[in-house]
Amino acid sequence: MVKCPECDAEIKVPEDSIEGEIVTCPDCGAGYELVKSKDSSKKGPDAFEIKPAQVVGEDWGQ
Amino acid sequence: MKQEPIPNIDMHSADSQTSTRSLTILYDNIRWEEKALYEAAKKKGIEVANVDCKDLFVDLNNNGNSKYQGVVIMQRCVSYFKSVHSTAALEGLGAKMINTLEAATNCGNKLFAHMKLQRAGVPTPRAVSAFSEESAMQALDRLGYPAVIKPTIGSWGRLIALLRDKDASRAVIEDREHMFPLYHIYYFEEFVERPPRDIRAIVIGDRVAAAIYRYSGEGEWKTNMALGGRAEMCAVTGELEEICIRAASAVGGQIVGVDLMEDKEKGLVVHEVNNTTEFKNTVRVTGVDIPSMMVDYALKIGK
Repeated sequence: MVKCPECDAEIKVPEDSIEGEIVTCPDCGAGYELVKSKDSSKKGPDAFEIKPAQVVGEDWGQ
Repeated sequence: MKQEPIPNIDMHSADSQTSTRSLTILYDNIRWEEKALYEAAKKKGIEVANVDCKDLFVDLNNNGNSKYQGVVIMQRCVSYFKSVHSTAALEGLGAKMINTLEAATNCGNKLFAHMKLQRAGVPTPRAVSAFSEESAMQALDRLGYPAVIKPTIGSWGRLIALLRDKDASRAVIEDREHMFPLYHIYYFEEFVERPPRDIRAIVIGDRVAAAIYRYSGEGEWKTNMALGGRAEMCAVTGELEEICIRAASAVGGQIVGVDLMEDKEKGLVVHEVNNTTEFKNTVRVTGVDIPSMMVDYALKIGK
């Protein structure tokens, strides 16, 4: 569980999350990228912190 | 459930990646596809490293003693510019990129792709190109209306517009003249008479793994899933497979998503080949384990 820096709501980090995945705040809809916690002793969903996700770029696609 | 640590492979000391049972996934955003590839590789017991392109720096002059030599890297960046440039850097240092720079260059530009396809005899929509406002209007007179304007580089249906007549064309072209010079390269396609759907086929090596129909979303003529289209299963016929394999080969692609339309007169025509193809909807609709097949292909390339 992490706190949304925008609205302070709780964001659930799923058990099977991997670094780089995007999570969305259920209250305000802000998107965040999961990054590894600096505290290496943390495990599972607690092993992640969040940073603001990139906005969709003009060159994004497939 | 215990969180498994992701192998934190430093691309600058990636000697372990030369093993034939290892794979690097180069990403800038983890979408469903990248996660599925990672999990498929883990399930097969393969050493897999997710590398964020945003954290990557590459010594471009390290050709004689490159640590990337023979490293199999699946290019999955969603950013076109990050994708094509990181592919150039890593492939130039000996990495086995999936897809190659040749494919990234050809697929990333609709005009380049069109030329490769038509030279290889792959049926495509009729297209014209022009390099100024005036010649663009002349080109459209030659092609006829309705026509479709597409930026040479772009995805997810962005800046693609249906031009029903001369007035609409003049307005759109005038707007493009005030944009970045890339948008002054005009690429127009005929508006193909087709059912309200197109086909996305996933090619892996020398076969089509699966295909779906993509229906336009409500009030939309474009069929992109990113624009709210819906997907249905499409049978892979011999004809579909043959044209897709030829299209992939024409652009130098290994794992690509081929987009086709069913032209009422010409039959199947290829209008796009995607080198970092999305496949979430294809897996969801067809049940085919595309991530597993992609990993198997990558392992074969590494041998």
